[in-house]
Amino acid sequence: MELIGERINGMFKDIKEAILNKYPGPIEHWAVLQTKKGAHYLDINTGPTVTKEEQPAVMAWLVGVVQSVSPLPCCLDSTNPDAVEMGLKVHRGRAMINSTSADQWKMDIFFPLAAKYNARLIGLTMNEQGVPRDSAARVALAMELVVNADMHNLPMQNLYIDPLVLPVNVAQEHCPEVIEAIRQIKTLSDPAPKTIVGLSNVSQRCAERRLLNRTYLGMCMAAGLDAAILDVGDDMLVETAAAALVLLNKVVYCDAFLKTF
Amino acid sequence: MINDIWNGSIFEMVIGIGPNTVKAGGDCALPFLRDEDAQPVKPVTALEVWDVEPREWSDVLTGAFPGVLHDPAAWAKKCAQYGADLVSLKLAGTHPDLGDASPEQAAAIAKEVAAAVEIPLIVTGCGIEEKDALTLPVVARALSGRNVLIGSATANNYKDIAAACIEYGHNIIANSPLDINLAKQLNILISEMNLPLHRIAMDPLVGSLGYGIEYAYSIMERSRLGALNGDKMLSMPIICFVGQEAWKTKEANSPENMAWGDLKRRAVLWEAITASTLAQAGGSIFVLRHPESLKQFKVHIESMTALNI
Repeated sequence: MELIGERINGMFKDIKEAILNKYPGPIEHWAVLQTKKGAHYLDINTGPTVTKEEQPAVMAWLVGVVQSVSPLPCCLDSTNPDAVEMGLKVHRGRAMINSTSADQWKMDIFFPLAAKYNARLIGLTMNEQGVPRDSAARVALAMELVVNADMHNLPMQNLYIDPLVLPVNVAQEHCPEVIEAIRQIKTLSDPAPKTIVGLSNVSQRCAERRLLNRTYLGMCMAAGLDAAILDVGDDMLVETAAAALVLLNKVVYCDAFLKTF
Repeated sequence: MINDIWNGSIFEMVIGIGPNTVKAGGDCALPFLRDEDAQPVKPVTALEVWDVEPREWSDVLTGAFPGVLHDPAAWAKKCAQYGADLVSLKLAGTHPDLGDASPEQAAAIAKEVAAAVEIPLIVTGCGIEEKDALTLPVVARALSGRNVLIGSATANNYKDIAAACIEYGHNIIANSPLDINLAKQLNILISEMNLPLHRIAMDPLVGSLGYGIEYAYSIMERSRLGALNGDKMLSMPIICFVGQEAWKTKEANSPENMAWGDLKRRAVLWEAITASTLAQAGGSIFVLRHPESLKQFKVHIESMTALNI
C-alpha cells in the first residue's frame, strides 16, 4: 500500500502563503513531518492562486524545496502539462504525475510525458462529460486508460487509475460504486493497473471526517486499492492501512505489525 | 512470458574475513528463476563439526571422518578439504547431558577450530536456551573480529546473544519454531537492539523429507514472497540445519532391507534430497553432515544455476 501525503497543496492556507512569499518554512515542515509519518510519496500542488504562467516555475521551486529535506519522490499534482514537465525536469527519483483524465487529447500529452521521464501516472476515470454515475461507466473509462498505457509503452504497474471518490454528504450513492470500480479495474489486464483514490474527498465538509476516512480506506483496500492520497498525519488512518494489509494477508502478521509499516 | 517484477530482495550477509569470505543471500527473485534474476545466487554449504565426539552418529557418517571425530580442529580441516564453504561448529559438549562444558572450555575449542581452517565459521550452542545465553557471548568474545555466524538466538535468550554479536562484530541466527509470525517478530526485536538487518539469518526449524518438510517449505516460501514484496523484516537469508534432521530419520538409519536398498546410498540421498527441496523453497545456508551429500547437493545447485542449458 502506497501512501501519498496530501498536505503540500496550495489549497491549504499555510502552503498558499509560503508560495506567495517564496518562504520555504511551512513546505519543509510538512515534507519532513509527512516523511516521518510513513508517506511513500509527497503530493505537490501549486493551488488555485498561482496563475497558469507562473505554475511551471512554482512547481519546480516546490520540488526543489521538498527534495532538499526529504528523500521521498513527489507526486506532481497539476492539470497543466508545462508545470508537470518542469517538475519532472528537476525531480530526483521516480516521480508520479497527478493526473490525466480519460480524454484522448489529454492522454496524448500525459502518457508520452510519463513514458519519457519513466514516471508513474495517475489516470482519472472521467472525461469532459464529467464524473460517471456508476461503476460500469468508471470501468469503461479505466479501459481507455489501460489501452493508452499499452499504446504509449507505459508499463501497466506505472498506471494508477483513480475512480474518483466524491463526498458522502453530497454523492452518497457514489461511495459503493467506487469500491466496485476498484474491484473491476484490477481485472482489466494482467499485470493489472494500480488503483488509487484521493481519500479525504469522501469526508469533505462532513462530521467525523477521520472515522469516515479510515473506514472507507479499509473498504477500498479490501476491493484491491493499491495507493491513496491521504492525511498521513492521522495516525489511526495509517494504522488502519497497516491492519488492513495484515487482514488481507498481504503482509505477514507479527505482534509488532504497526511498528514495521 | 510475463516475469514478476519484485520490489524487494534478500539481504546479503557476509560471513568471515579476508579472501575466504562467504556471502549468503542477496537473491532478487524466487529460487532458480533465471528469467527473473540475471545473476542467480547459489546457496552456500557448511559441514557440521562437534566439540565432543558424537556417540550416536551412524557408521555411515563416522566412516566419512576416520580418526578426526575426537579432534574438532582436525575434523574442521577435513570439512574444508571436502569442499564445504563454511564449518558449522556445534558446541554439543555444553549440553548438561553431554559433559556440561563451561563457556570458557567451549570458547577455547571454538578458537582452535577457527585457527585450523581458512573458511569461515558458524557456531551454534547446545540448544538449551539458558545455557546458550551463557556460552555464546563468551564464544563471541573469543572469536572477536572473525565475523562468524552465531546462534541460535530464540525469543527467550536473544538479548544476551545479540548484544555479544554487536559488541564483537558477528552475525546472528534467529531461531523460531516453525512459526513465521514469531520469526518476523524476533527479527524486529533483534533489530531493535541495533544489530543491522543484514547481520541476521533466520532458522525456521526445518524438518526432513518425510518428517514435516512441507511445513518448513511453506514458511520459507511465504517468507521469500514477503521479502520480495518489500517486507524488510522477512528479508533475511534462511539457514537450514539439514544434517541434524536428515540423520535422525528411520530412512537414514534402518539397516539394509530388500525394499529400501543399500543403507549408505539411501542415507546420503535422504540428506541431499532434503537440502535440494529446501533450496527450492529459498534456503541460503545449508548445514549438512556427510561429505557425499554435500557433493551431490553442490552438483545439483550448479546445474540449477548454470546459465547455458
